[in-house]
Amino acid sequence: MRSVFIPDSIEEALSIRHAYPQSLWMAGGTDVLVQLRRQKHLEDDRPLILLERVASLARIDVHEDNIRIGSCVSFGRIASDPLLTAEVPVLTQAAATVGGPALRNMATIGGNVCTASPAGDSLPALYVLDASVELVSASGARNLPISEFLSGPRKTALHPDELLTSIVIPRRKPPGNLQKYEKIGKRKALAIAVASMAAVLRVNPACDVVEEAHLAWGSVGPTVMRCPPAEEALIGRPLTEEALLSAAEFVPKWVHPIDDIRASAEYRRALGARLLLRLLDP
Amino acid sequence: MSMDRNTDIHFILNGEPTECTCPPDMRVIDLLREEMGLTGTKEGCGTGECGACTILVDGEPRLSCLMVAAQLHGRRIETVEGIEHSAEGRTLVDAFVEHGAVQCGFCTPAMEMTALALLRSRKPMDREAIRKVLSGNLCRCTGYVKIVDAVERAAKDASP
Repeated sequence: MRSVFIPDSIEEALSIRHAYPQSLWMAGGTDVLVQLRRQKHLEDDRPLILLERVASLARIDVHEDNIRIGSCVSFGRIASDPLLTAEVPVLTQAAATVGGPALRNMATIGGNVCTASPAGDSLPALYVLDASVELVSASGARNLPISEFLSGPRKTALHPDELLTSIVIPRRKPPGNLQKYEKIGKRKALAIAVASMAAVLRVNPACDVVEEAHLAWGSVGPTVMRCPPAEEALIGRPLTEEALLSAAEFVPKWVHPIDDIRASAEYRRALGARLLLRLLDP
Repeated sequence: MSMDRNTDIHFILNGEPTECTCPPDMRVIDLLREEMGLTGTKEGCGTGECGACTILVDGEPRLSCLMVAAQLHGRRIETVEGIEHSAEGRTLVDAFVEHGAVQCGFCTPAMEMTALALLRSRKPMDREAIRKVLSGNLCRCTGYVKIVDAVERAAKDASP
């Protein structure tokens, strides 16, 4: 049996962590409880520190230059938040694909980032938004770009004495006017991604020419995959099938998928490329 | 707050103030079924992929297989055993019976709890919206048509 701590503040959470270095952070519990059940050892009595009642971790704060999403904000809230839906729809679309509705009431964005699964649904969206994470310990705070925080499959740069407190999303001015998150799974709900793609584009409304392109893929490599030549191939061109097909040619060479029970590496390469064409969908 | 060994956990269960003494890391599904004898809530996958263990926590659907008992402290919990306490719940149960929306019955308690939260939200619901709300609840028998029929009917009957 393990002890369970329910701190009310970040300070209290960090002091419990200091006293119990073997403890486990638990945000929504939808990953950590599954992992603990899978690796069930009777001698495992590491305490759980539940973060669900730390009010400051459950806030969405909008500032002039950025939006800060508390690490314990659920995907259900993100998916239905009006400001996020207006400004960063790539993230709200990603949030709406996580598990099913009840799971989204529990699963949190901070948990998704710290689990660092190659198939983590929010991660490609956070990459294309240039998000960073705020990490707090008793000795101070630091901020890391999401791409540096995620160091490999299920690996992060989180120090043992640190807590991920918020995700910081810079507010682009103007925001990307074409934002899309696409996820392919075995079914529409309750499925782990076979491949996913997040895109934020700035398309000139007058001439339909792409001025900015940010692309990232999930489930096609050890962590989120980027493809700079595909982004470059789109810039300065009208957003047409032809332009997307020429950008798509680069994708199979830049991703590093594996064969697993959900799909083959070869299929994932082809899928990653074809997902780009969905940018033409209304 | 810290909880170790056997802890007293206080919460409201189906409208009744409840106190129970149990390990704080016991899964809520086990607490309900094994300790409290409330076997209406079912365990399907145990990993958050089927929805069979859905209960309402402060009115919101949650998965009781992925919660520990300590999380219930101070919360309002509803299980299928309390569904007929409310007019919406009775409407829903009647609609499931009327439409034959139950085959083996294993997914039914959770389907009804998810639908109960939907009915209370008073949002206008077409079939597509109902299917989305129920998308986290798997049924391996019915093909969902009769379940969606029942919820659609209950939503009509419950709205003024």
